[in-house]
Amino acid sequence: MNRYSLTGQRLAGIFLLGCVLLNYPILYLFNTRGEVFGIPVLYAFLFGAWLVLVGLMAWMIERRKD
Amino acid sequence: MLQGSTIIAISLAYLGVLFAVAYYGDKRSDHGRSLIANPTIYALSLAVYCTTWTFYGSVGRAASTGIGFLPIYLGPTMIAALWWWVLVKMVRIAKANRITSIADFVASRYGKSQLIGGLVTVIAVIGIVPYISLQLKAVSNSFSILLGYPEIVMPSHAGELPVWRDTSLLIALAMAAFTIVFGTRHLDATERHEGMVAAIAFESIIKLVAFTAVGLWVTFGLFDGFGDIFARAAEQPQLAKLMQVSNTASSYGSWASLTLLSMLSVMFLPRQFQIAVVENVNEDHVRRAIWQFPLYLLLINIFVLPIALGGMLHFSAGGVDADTFVLTLPMSQRQEVLALLVFIGGLSAATGMVIVETIALSTMVCNDLVMPLLLRSRWFRVHQRADMSGLLLTIRRGAILVILLLGYIYFRAAGEAYALVGIGLISFAAVAQFAPVIFGGMYWKGGTRNGALAGLFAGFAVWAYTLLLPSFAKSGWLPVGFLQEGLFGIALLRPTQLFGLTGMDEITHCLFWSLLANTAAYAGVSLSGRPSATETSQATLFVDAMKQGAQGAGSRFWRGSAQVDELLPLIGRFLGPQRAQLAFENYARQRGRSGVADLQADAGTVHYAESLLAGAIGSASARVMVASVVKEEPLGLDEVMNILDEASQVRAYSRQLEQKSRELERATAELRAANERLQELDRLKDDFMSSVTHELRTPLTSIRAFSEILFDNPEMDAEERQNFLSIITRETERLTRLVNQVLDMAKIESGRTEWQTEALDLREVIDSSIASVSQVYREKDVALVSEMPDKVPTLMADRDRLIQVMLNLLSNAVKFVSPGSGRVAVRLTHSDAGLRVDVEDNGPGIRPEDQQVIFEKFRQGGDTMTDKPQGTGLGLPISKQIVEHFGGHLWVESEPGKGAVFSFTLPLQAEAADDAAGAALAA
Repeated sequence: MNRYSLTGQRLAGIFLLGCVLLNYPILYLFNTRGEVFGIPVLYAFLFGAWLVLVGLMAWMIERRKD
Repeated sequence: MLQGSTIIAISLAYLGVLFAVAYYGDKRSDHGRSLIANPTIYALSLAVYCTTWTFYGSVGRAASTGIGFLPIYLGPTMIAALWWWVLVKMVRIAKANRITSIADFVASRYGKSQLIGGLVTVIAVIGIVPYISLQLKAVSNSFSILLGYPEIVMPSHAGELPVWRDTSLLIALAMAAFTIVFGTRHLDATERHEGMVAAIAFESIIKLVAFTAVGLWVTFGLFDGFGDIFARAAEQPQLAKLMQVSNTASSYGSWASLTLLSMLSVMFLPRQFQIAVVENVNEDHVRRAIWQFPLYLLLINIFVLPIALGGMLHFSAGGVDADTFVLTLPMSQRQEVLALLVFIGGLSAATGMVIVETIALSTMVCNDLVMPLLLRSRWFRVHQRADMSGLLLTIRRGAILVILLLGYIYFRAAGEAYALVGIGLISFAAVAQFAPVIFGGMYWKGGTRNGALAGLFAGFAVWAYTLLLPSFAKSGWLPVGFLQEGLFGIALLRPTQLFGLTGMDEITHCLFWSLLANTAAYAGVSLSGRPSATETSQATLFVDAMKQGAQGAGSRFWRGSAQVDELLPLIGRFLGPQRAQLAFENYARQRGRSGVADLQADAGTVHYAESLLAGAIGSASARVMVASVVKEEPLGLDEVMNILDEASQVRAYSRQLEQKSRELERATAELRAANERLQELDRLKDDFMSSVTHELRTPLTSIRAFSEILFDNPEMDAEERQNFLSIITRETERLTRLVNQVLDMAKIESGRTEWQTEALDLREVIDSSIASVSQVYREKDVALVSEMPDKVPTLMADRDRLIQVMLNLLSNAVKFVSPGSGRVAVRLTHSDAGLRVDVEDNGPGIRPEDQQVIFEKFRQGGDTMTDKPQGTGLGLPISKQIVEHFGGHLWVESEPGKGAVFSFTLPLQAEAADDAAGAALAA
C-alpha cells in the first residue's frame, strides 16, 4: 500500500470521525448548560472539534511532503 | 455623514480594484505566469461558498436558531476530507473530457445526452435564480440602510419603489456588466477564467477581513470579550436558549440533514463546481484546499454567535432585523469606517457569488439549452458555413443578462416573502438532486441515461412539490389550503407531510423524500434497462478515470472515416478560425506530424476535435456537430463490450508481461553471476596449473643441474659430491612434499578426502606437533613455549590432519623469525563456543595487504620478485580447508614489525559434548 492512498484512507477516517463527533448522540453529551472559560459548553465543543478536524487534515496533507 | 454619492463612489472604487485584480490575473495568464497557480488562491476562491447569506444571513439565522447556523459549514468541513478521492477524480474526468459545467458533466457521463444536459440546466436555473435574487436583495438593503446613516431605518419593502428609482436594478445591471466583461472575454476551449478566479479569491479575503473586523469590534469594543457577551446573554432566558440545541429528535434530525445538505451543495452548486472543477489549474491544489477551505469556514464563523447575541442585547427594544446586525451595530455606535467596510464586505460576498454563478449558469444555458435548439433550427442549416464563435459569445452574454434580470424580477416579485428569505436552503436542496447521478456516475458503471433522467426528474419533482410550492404558498402566491389539505384535498399528499410523515422540519422532509425518489428511480430504471454502446463507453471513461492508461482512452470507442478538411472548418466555426488552426497545429505537433496537412483524421483526431468543440458548446452538442461531418460507423453494444474486454485483457496481459520481464531480468542476473563465477573458477584453475608447474620446475631444475654436474665430473672430490647429493635429496623431498600437498589440496577441494574422525585431546595434538618440530627449532636456536590449560574438552576431529595444521603453522613461524632472538608461543584456550589455538611469533609480521593473500593457493607474503620463496604456497590454504572442514575458522592478526598471530578455532561438536556427559555419568 503506497503512502499516497494511505493519506486518502486517513482522510476518509477523519471524515467518519467528523460525522460521529459532530452529530447526535455525541452532540447530546455536550448539549448542557454551563461554560468553559466563559464560553458555553456546546459552542466551545463544536469549535474545538472543528479546529481539531482541520488540524488533523492539515497534518495529514502537509506531512506527506517530507 | 455618509452620502449616497460617497457610498456609490466607494463601491465603484471597490469594483474598480476588483476589475484591476481580474485584469492583472488575465494578463498574467496570457503570459503564461498564472496568478492562480497556487493552492491557497484555489482554497480562497472556493470560499465563494460564503455569500451574503453567510455574511449577513448567518447572524440572522443564529439569532433565531442559535448554533443551528453551524451545520451549513460543518458539512463542507467533513466532506472536504473526501475530496482526496472524489474531487480529484471529478477534476481528472473534467479535464480528460473537456467538461465545462455540471450539466455537461452529467450529460457527458450518460451518453452525451442533450436531454440530460437540458434537465440539469433547468433544475439549476430554477433552483439558483432566487438565490441570486437574495444577493441583490442583500446589497440593495445594506445600501439603503447605510444611506439612512446615522439613523437606523429598516429598508422599505422592495417593489414599493418605482423601477427607475430602484438601486437593486442598477446593482443587477452593474453585476451583469462586470460578469460579461470577465466571464465572456473570449471563448476558451476549456472555459477557464483566471482573472475572475483571482478576483474571487481577493473578494474572499475582503469579506473575511470585514466580518472579522466587525466581530472583533463587537466582542472587544462594544462588549468585554466573549465571556462578557455570553454571560450577559445567559441572563436572558430566550437568549440562553440559543446556546443549546433543543433536545428533540427533530432538532438533531435537522442538524444531521443540514450537514448532509451542505456536504452535497458544496460540491454541486454550479458556482462551486465551476470554481472547484472547471477553474482548477492543478489537481494538487485540491489536496491543499482540503484543510485550507474548512479553515476559512471556521474563521468566518467564529464571531457569528457573538454578533448575533451582541445585536440582540444591544437592540433589545427590537425593530432591527437580525439579518442586518453586522451593519447596524457599527452604525449605532457611529463607526462610519467600519460600517463602510461591512458594506464592502457584503458587496464582495454578493458579487463573488453572482459572478461565478451566472458564468456557470450562462455556460449551461448556452451549451445545454440554446445550442441543442439552435442546432436543430432551420436557420442554422441555412447558415451552415457562418462563423458561430461570435454568436456563442452573444448567447452567453445574453444569458448572463437574462439570468440577472430574472433574479431582479424575482426579487421585485418576492420582496420580503418567505419564498426569498428561505431560498438559501431551498437552493441547496435543489442541487442536492444532482448527487445520486453524479456519485453513481463516477463509481457505478451500471447507471444509464434513462435511469439518470428518471432520477433527476423524480428528485426535482418531489423537491418542487415539497419545498418550492410550499414556499410559494407561504408567500401567498398559492392558496394556503394546498398546504393544509393537500393536493385535490387528499390529506396524504400534503406537501410538507407527504404520506403523513410528520416530526421533521420541511428541509429534512424534502431531503428525505426527494433523495429517496431520486435514488430509487435512478437505480431502479438503470437496473431494469440496458445501457447503450455510448453509455457504456462513457461510463468506462468516468468510472475508470483514475486508472492507469485512462488518458486518451476516449478515442478507443470511435470508428468511421473523416476528413481533416471538414473537421477544421467545423471547429473554426465555433472557436474562430485562427484558434482552431492553432489548436490543430499543436495537436499535429504532439502527434509528431509536421503540420495540419500531414494529419490523418483517425479516431484520435476526431476525438480531439470533438473534445475541443465540447469545451465550447458542451459535449452533447459537440457530438451532434462532429457526427454531421464524419461518417461514423456506430459501434454496437457488443462491440463496445469487446473493446472494454480487450482493454482489460490488454491491461492484464501487460501486467503479466511486466511480471515476466521482471522474472527474466532476475534470471539473467543470476545467469550472469554464475557465468562470472565459472570464468573466475576457470581462471583460478589456469593459475593453479601454471603455479604448480612453476613450483615443480624449480626443484626439478636444480636436481637436474646438480645431477649433470655430478655426471660430467666423475673426479669430483667426495665432500663436494656429498654436498651436491644432499642438495638433490633436499630438492627431491621438496618435490615430494609439493606433489603430496597438491594431491592433498585436490582431494580436499573435490571432497574425496577420507577423514578419520575420532575423539581427541587437542593438548596431545599440540604436544606431538611441538615434539616433531623441536629439532628444527633447536637447530635455528628459536625458543618455543606453550601455554595450555590443565584440561580441555575432547574434540571430534582427524588427528593427523590437525597435526598437519599445527606443523604448518609452527614451521611457518620458525621460518620467519630470526635465529637466536626468535620466539614462538603456542596458546590453547577454551570457551563455550569451542577451542582456540594461537601461534604467535616475533618475526617481521605481515603487511595488511598480504593478510588475505597468504591464504590463497601459491601466494606468499612479501615481494615474490625479490624475496626468496620460503614455502610451497599451499600450506596455509590446506590448513584453512582442514580447519573449515571441522567447522572452525583460521585467520591471522599482524602488524608489520610486531610479529604475527595465526589463530584457529574449532567448535566443540555435539558428539564430543555427549561423550563428555557420558564420561561424567560413568565417573
